[in-house]
Amino acid sequence: MRKLRLWLAGLGLAFLWGQAEADYTLNLTEGVTELSRDVHDLHMVIFWICVAIGVLVYGLIIYSIANHRKSKGAIAADFHENTKLEIVWTVIPFLILIGMAIPATRVMIKIYDTSGADMTIKVTGYQWKWRYEYLDEGLDFFSTLDADSNRARQTGSGIRPASVDNYLLNVDKPLVLPTHKKIRFVFTGADVLHSWWVPALGWKKDTIPGFITEAWANIEQEGTFRGQCTELCGRDHGFMPIVVVAKPESEYRAWIAEQKSAGAAAKADATREFSMDELMARGKTTYESNCAACHQATGEGIPGMVPAISNSPVATGPIAQHLDVVLNGKGAMMPAFRETLSPVELAAVVTYQRNALGNGMADMIQPSAIKSN
Amino acid sequence: MSASAATHDDHHDDHHDDHGPAKGFMRWVYTTNHKDIGTLYMITSLIMFMIGGAMALVIRLELFEPGMQYVDPGFFNQMTTLHALIMVFGAVMPAFAGMANWMIPIMIGAPDMALPRLNNWSFWLLPFGFVMLASTLFMEGGAPAAGWTLYPPLVLQTGDSFPFTIFTIHILGISSIMAAINIITTVLNMRAPGMTMMKLPLFVWTWVITAFLLIAVMPVFAGAVTMLLTDKYFGTSFFNAAGGGDPVLYQHLFWFFGHPEVYILILPSFGIISQIIPTFARKPLFGYSSMVYATASIGLLSFVVWAHHQYTVGMPIAGELYFTYATMLIAVPTGVKVFNWISTMWRGSMTFETPMLFAIAFVMLFTMGGFTGLMMSISPADLQYHDTYFIVAHFHYVLVPGSVFALMAGTYYWLPKWTGYMYDERLGKLHFWLTTISVNVTFFPQHFLGLAGMPRRIPDYAVQFAEFNAWSSVGAFVFGFSQLLFIYIIIKAVRGGQKATDEVWEGASEHGLEWQLPSPPPYHSWITAPFVK
Repeated sequence: MRKLRLWLAGLGLAFLWGQAEADYTLNLTEGVTELSRDVHDLHMVIFWICVAIGVLVYGLIIYSIANHRKSKGAIAADFHENTKLEIVWTVIPFLILIGMAIPATRVMIKIYDTSGADMTIKVTGYQWKWRYEYLDEGLDFFSTLDADSNRARQTGSGIRPASVDNYLLNVDKPLVLPTHKKIRFVFTGADVLHSWWVPALGWKKDTIPGFITEAWANIEQEGTFRGQCTELCGRDHGFMPIVVVAKPESEYRAWIAEQKSAGAAAKADATREFSMDELMARGKTTYESNCAACHQATGEGIPGMVPAISNSPVATGPIAQHLDVVLNGKGAMMPAFRETLSPVELAAVVTYQRNALGNGMADMIQPSAIKSN
Repeated sequence: MSASAATHDDHHDDHHDDHGPAKGFMRWVYTTNHKDIGTLYMITSLIMFMIGGAMALVIRLELFEPGMQYVDPGFFNQMTTLHALIMVFGAVMPAFAGMANWMIPIMIGAPDMALPRLNNWSFWLLPFGFVMLASTLFMEGGAPAAGWTLYPPLVLQTGDSFPFTIFTIHILGISSIMAAINIITTVLNMRAPGMTMMKLPLFVWTWVITAFLLIAVMPVFAGAVTMLLTDKYFGTSFFNAAGGGDPVLYQHLFWFFGHPEVYILILPSFGIISQIIPTFARKPLFGYSSMVYATASIGLLSFVVWAHHQYTVGMPIAGELYFTYATMLIAVPTGVKVFNWISTMWRGSMTFETPMLFAIAFVMLFTMGGFTGLMMSISPADLQYHDTYFIVAHFHYVLVPGSVFALMAGTYYWLPKWTGYMYDERLGKLHFWLTTISVNVTFFPQHFLGLAGMPRRIPDYAVQFAEFNAWSSVGAFVFGFSQLLFIYIIIKAVRGGQKATDEVWEGASEHGLEWQLPSPPPYHSWITAPFVK
């Protein structure tokens, strides 16, 4: 009878667990690299050690509460020291800790060994996007929160986050990596500290302006793996996700070739004459993903915090000065877009700001006129 | 010392009424009396606890569901920063300082603190500091929003409020250092005859060690933030790589202060719990001397583990491993303390008044925070835990059901002594259960959130984190509003009720000098020093 009841309780728990698994997870991911599995194993070992000590400690407290109470007629004993006992509960935890330190050291040494890498990716943290440079390929691009999430996350947007695909965990251009290659990552920051974390890879690393930090991964499984910035980096810290797409070597090579030819075409395209309509269309999307978070979709800004663009002296003044603010930033809040936007995007967004958002300057600037990086 | 105190008494016995409290508001401004100053500290702390708590509720309101509903992300960051600064420097530290002021002279058999005028000043700096900090909310660019750690380069983007934040830290630091000097001086010089160091109540011992930590690390913090100030306004480059500096240097300086600081927030709690458990178990504290040594070890270790807050900054492997081992070591003396508390309860004759309930909850839930702390000491695993909700759960477990529960336990324990009236036991128990259940509903799910991949300090999150965030927010609101009951219980006890006896708790007079004075004690505590066997 007692056994039956236990079984039923167990089944109930298993059912609840299954339910829970459907939506969310409770535990650390095992990930898709050797390192992430090692870290997961360490996590489980120390977790079970804590559970065992917890059962002992909580068991003793609960037993004592239940039995050593005055209301049950318990009479207080008088003991108040025992050197042997003190030595026991100093030495045993110490030995357990040594037992933990040995595997932890082994894993840490492995994590730090970035030698013999097949390729190197340079990751730079910007407020608030990531730049990925494939150092062996000469490929270089920015990765920003995708447009759907960005629209939905504006305060009071009215868009249900659940209706957005991978809300806040999707980007316009993911980092594509080959499987079964030892990939060395080098990290740096462009402005403030950021931290690059994809749980499936098993670690995170800070990106520090002026310094280089390193890590490595050998992804064993194809798939899409998502993560986020984990070091507070200002207003939009919560909105600079990371997406890694792992592909087999052959597909990865094909993707690289495709990117290179697309990049060359875009570069050639930037030298031609753009029409007003083209610039305005391009400018609108650039504005929405880079400017609207602070200056608002309407261009009205946030009173007391962020200046308006609508009818502002900058957007209705000389175009050269307007461009200068966008290229080089201003004050503590306005970032410089010299590096993070292409000449086409810069020309488009300046043109858009001057001819929309309540402004009607009727002028424009061509990408070819912009000498950025 | 005692001899001169006695002659002083003989001469001035008939003037004693002149030394009673002055009347009106100026009593509180001019006071040099340890009890008045203790009361002022604790009232300030309670006010700051409510303000910091209101900010926490703004945070939890925005995080109740995915999407940005109520606040701007920039304002959200201001709230997380101010919530932490106010809770650490405004709520918890002044509360412990208040209890120290009230209880240390009484517990060691002294008439007052050693340096009463300094005492007045160390309190009265605080209101100015906090008003200045709160005023940053109304400045151009808003309050500081770079987190309470104030990491550069981000903190250098703060608007007009930047220098005010730094000066607030200077003021609070001066206040803390003076309070610490006062406590050490009092304990070393003003003990009653027979009160040797190894007879000091644990609360006094833990405070002495805390005071040494404060004196050692507050100047480091003040120096580090001053370097931020000169980096921003005077063209220095301490933390700017372009000028030969290093942003990570700030982190080392900050955590050299910051890690001892978190022990400053917990060691006096250990002391309070070590006073309460023996009283209600009706048994002496188990392992008194090992408790003292464990506290001192924790204090010493706190200086050599700081970089475990920075496992992800890319330290050399030797640093990474050293800080792992040193941090793991802290589990040993902390474990000793927990085992000693359990042994004190063991075969006691326990009753479960509100202070004891809070003390037992402290032992159980602080241990929970200890476990997650041990997990995070393992540096490879911390590369996953770092800066996620797992750490948020960890430090709230040690600070809320840790420090704050100890403060509540201490308040209920000594309130009858302070006011002369018993608090309402039925309401006290209600407050305990509401608080304990809601604190777990708030913070336990955050462990899952962190392990599942939710970073900390984000105003919005992916939809798979929605369920546990909703739980956490509901818990936070219940917790927050339950504290109004706490304030009501305190006010009720101040205004009257059942008269408290001198001993207050059955058999308590064996557990400390404070239970041998009347409730409430006279304005000057021990005019004639007691003799301690």
